[in-house]
Amino acid sequence: MAHIATLILLLPLLGYVLVFANGRALKERAIGAVATAVVALSFVLTVVAFILLLHRTNREVTVHLFNWISVGSFHVSAALLVDPLSITMCLFVTGISALIHLYSTAYMHGERDYRKFFLYLNLFVFSMLVLVLANNLLMTFVGWEGVGVCSYWLVSFYFERDSAASAGKKAFLYNRVGDFGLLVAMFLLFHYTHTLNYLGVFHLAGTLSPTVATLTVLALLLAATGKSAQIPLFNWLPDAMEGPTPVSALIHAATMVTAGVYLLVRMSPVLTMSPDGRLTIAFIGAITAFVAATIATSQRDIKKVLAFSTVSQIGYMVLAVGVGAYSAAIFLMVAHAFYKALLFLGSGSVIHSLNGEQDMGKMGGLAKYLPITFPAFLVGWLAISGIPPFAGFFAKGDVLTNAFEHNKLLWAIGVITAILTAYYMTRLFVLTFRGNERFHEIEGVHEPHESPWPMTVPLIVLSVLAIVGGVIDLPWAHGATLAHFLNPVFGFVPAVAPASTGAQWGLALVDVAAAVIGLLAAFAIWRDTSENPRFESKFFAHVWYWDDFYDATIGKPLTRAAQFSDDVVEPKIIDGAVGAVAVGIRDSAEGLRKIQSGFVRQYALAMVLGFAVIVVYLLARVH
Amino acid sequence: MHSSIYLGVLIVMPLVGALVAILTRKQENISYYVAVVTATLELALAIVVAVLYNNHLAGDGTYDFMSRHVLSAPLGLAYDVGVDGISLFMVVLTALVLFVALLGARERRREASFVGWLLLLTSFTLASFVSHDVLEFFIFFEFTLVPSYFIIANWGGAQRARAALKFFIYTFSGSAFLLVGILYLGFVHQHQTGGALTFAYSALANTPISHGVSVWLFIAFAIAFAVKSPIWPFHTWSPVTYAEAPTGGSIELSALLAKLGSYGLLRFAVGLFPLALPDMRPIVLTLAVIGILYGSLVACATPDLKRLVAYSSVAQMGFITLGIMSGSVIGATGAVLLMFNHGVITMGFFLIIGFIEQRRGSYQIKDLTGLQGPAPVMAALFTVVMMASLGLPGLSGFVSEFLILVGTFGTHAWWGAIAAIGVIAAAAYLLWAYQRVFHGKATGVNAAIPDASTKERWVLVPVVALILVLGVFPKPVLDRITPSVDVLIHHVAPTGVSK
Repeated sequence: MAHIATLILLLPLLGYVLVFANGRALKERAIGAVATAVVALSFVLTVVAFILLLHRTNREVTVHLFNWISVGSFHVSAALLVDPLSITMCLFVTGISALIHLYSTAYMHGERDYRKFFLYLNLFVFSMLVLVLANNLLMTFVGWEGVGVCSYWLVSFYFERDSAASAGKKAFLYNRVGDFGLLVAMFLLFHYTHTLNYLGVFHLAGTLSPTVATLTVLALLLAATGKSAQIPLFNWLPDAMEGPTPVSALIHAATMVTAGVYLLVRMSPVLTMSPDGRLTIAFIGAITAFVAATIATSQRDIKKVLAFSTVSQIGYMVLAVGVGAYSAAIFLMVAHAFYKALLFLGSGSVIHSLNGEQDMGKMGGLAKYLPITFPAFLVGWLAISGIPPFAGFFAKGDVLTNAFEHNKLLWAIGVITAILTAYYMTRLFVLTFRGNERFHEIEGVHEPHESPWPMTVPLIVLSVLAIVGGVIDLPWAHGATLAHFLNPVFGFVPAVAPASTGAQWGLALVDVAAAVIGLLAAFAIWRDTSENPRFESKFFAHVWYWDDFYDATIGKPLTRAAQFSDDVVEPKIIDGAVGAVAVGIRDSAEGLRKIQSGFVRQYALAMVLGFAVIVVYLLARVH
Repeated sequence: MHSSIYLGVLIVMPLVGALVAILTRKQENISYYVAVVTATLELALAIVVAVLYNNHLAGDGTYDFMSRHVLSAPLGLAYDVGVDGISLFMVVLTALVLFVALLGARERRREASFVGWLLLLTSFTLASFVSHDVLEFFIFFEFTLVPSYFIIANWGGAQRARAALKFFIYTFSGSAFLLVGILYLGFVHQHQTGGALTFAYSALANTPISHGVSVWLFIAFAIAFAVKSPIWPFHTWSPVTYAEAPTGGSIELSALLAKLGSYGLLRFAVGLFPLALPDMRPIVLTLAVIGILYGSLVACATPDLKRLVAYSSVAQMGFITLGIMSGSVIGATGAVLLMFNHGVITMGFFLIIGFIEQRRGSYQIKDLTGLQGPAPVMAALFTVVMMASLGLPGLSGFVSEFLILVGTFGTHAWWGAIAAIGVIAAAAYLLWAYQRVFHGKATGVNAAIPDASTKERWVLVPVVALILVLGVFPKPVLDRITPSVDVLIHHVAPTGVSK
């Protein structure tokens, strides 16, 4: 097990090293093949590790690699923790990464920085695996910032475009604000438990005072809002769509952005200690889900709709964490990874066929031109909308049932968001694939063409997963579910009376009704027209003016303060004070004027003379 | 214990090198090669010392490579050297900075005297780091000013004369306080023990002085070191000096000489005046935190790359000061590690800025755009250095910064938490600068610059290697630093403030 876990982690890094060292000699095909193969191999080994873990009674394996930092009472190793949670994460991370690597080999064909793209992508997978496999918070932080920096590079991949460069920077900075939270959480935990090892912290979590626990949970929440694009730090994600579409699918939909949820789930024993903290988490999640869904209803750019949809779906996951439904959060994370990666890759295929066009106003009627992308997208659309028996129905249902048992208000927000979700996804679907063909106005597009096989195969695989993904956690399959597999990791889960079977059926009907309402409404509004300003609120289209608010309250004042410091405080105040002191000394010692000749040779001489005077003085004093 | 001959050779070899370089000045190529050979030997020997260093001695409160010879009993002058975990990596850094500056930042005009000054500076700096005698430290500490001054004044930019003068007067005034403090302490010691005048560190460290005297002496010492580091608000000489100095000078000043300040603060101000610490800690910690935030703020607005690194250094020195004053072994160890890491990182920054300046004749941010297009390798190297500087985990800067913050949080939670905001700020000014200089579309002269040459890449190899290795495997370094820091911190806080 130890060797397998280490190999799972190191294979993507090996790919990076191979491509880095031989890159210039390798052809495009070879680079793509190596980069994809290492990740695929990593996935195969993860499956092996998963099977081995299933057959163990003690499902908590620590793999020590080396001592990383050791000072005084502070000890942190580079070590892995293989348990049901981390292996579940590894399974879908490596699996989806492998598919998206394959997809990218065709999507990025002919790019100037093809090699660099795959270097970043392999490094990303490595960092992501460090994040989920680490056995301590500090090492998780290595992966956490590692994926952040890969995201920075990949978002600003087309660095000659100013918007891409700014988007990369914005993503990194928003994440850094979140990282501050993770740092503070680590300070607190080390101060009160003297360790950063997960198992060590969990062991002592019960000894944390309510205040410390709540502070820690809030700090962790701040970290999660940065990485997972939740309120108040959610608005970097739509900008991050500047990156190539496979990147949006892999990093900004399926894997990295769910890391915040993973962190919270991983820290569940600490979350358990703070009911207040968890309630805050639940509300942040629910409100984000709702706000992002409203924004998604009014976007024209196909990738922006999907980006806000991701923010909204992660909101559901955070809501699940807040109500203590940790396994439901992971279930939704996995299901979402399937259908959202599918939707992004599908949109990539659409964009690819339209020479890079992303405006839905210029699409329409694409169904007959894209015989594989269309049905794949159809599956993704139904899955995210919550139509049974697709994966999204079960996963979202699981979250909403748990929310219902915990707090009716949270549940209500969740259901309204579900209506909006079905609405905006149907709108996107209709505008893209149905209606009249508006793409003829795009330059250079005569007849959209289906993408080559490396792009369609991942679409087919993900479609199958989005259809049947729900089976991993069916509510009636006791004992063989994801929840059953994961729950031991969370220790004691807060006891909430499970809903009766009758109530469960009732809630499921409400979910279906919500999906159908949203779906029908969108069909009614968008079937015949692509221009419908009445249903595209300016407020929503401008992201509730969130960016403008931050710019006015934080960005501009800080810029002005920086400029003021450089222009006035530095030269006039601080340096001025020093100058004044110097002048004061000079004036008060008029007789010494001659020395102020400004020639350092004289100062140097004075130094030596002064030194000599001291020597003489000392000699005189001693003898 | 190892023989002190190693240290003797380390101090004398650059002097000999300087002499030969000057004697061969008719053929400057020879002078240059003499300097390079000296620097290589010096670096090799410094590494040998670091490998041989026995960290078990620290537990007994002694140094390695020690010896003491009294030169003049009546004057209290002595040649007293030794190395412990705190000074060990400063010795390595001194040799490394010389090596890299010689290879990466050549000055073709009057090269013999340029390398001569560099060698002289190396000798003096090294001697101050290994001085185990306070007066001896002071003498070499002052001597470093002379070569620094001439390097700036002779090979600097347009404003070099003003910059050199400002640098000299500023630091020289600071050290006036230090000299008075040292002499006073020596006399008090002599008065109380009734023996010979001595400035031996181990003797002075045990001088019983009153609380009030302790506070005044701490202030006198701290001012000199605050100027040198620089600690806010004593920093205003540094941006103009770093900007006007030639690349080699900027490297020496920021990567190395600044560390004399933080080293002095830890070894002498903290080490000799434990009684003053309870009063002084909150003040210096506050200055450190202001330095971190203020330095970062100004770095956002500053118009050129050299000043940017200067203000970034103000922030970084703030972190170092924080760790030193934290009263925690973890924090202070992090600070000593950051002294080394920051040296390596700034060296990388100034080298690359030097390469850019050579190509474009400017290091003003507004003159540079889209350099990543024509110079991808240079951009990648800059990125590595930048990421280390903003504390990306897995690279060297992070380990030290995290230790400082977690240590400080344990003893002074608010200062630690607020200082952590500096982590966000560092990303802000660095990424913004990167975007303006390397991103975007290069046109005109910018589009035509050549990428980093093979030689330039090789010069940066040690920098990048140290950034990567010390990020992942800092253990050999930390194992050598920690015991000495532990002894010092426990000496000044016997009640065990530290955890």
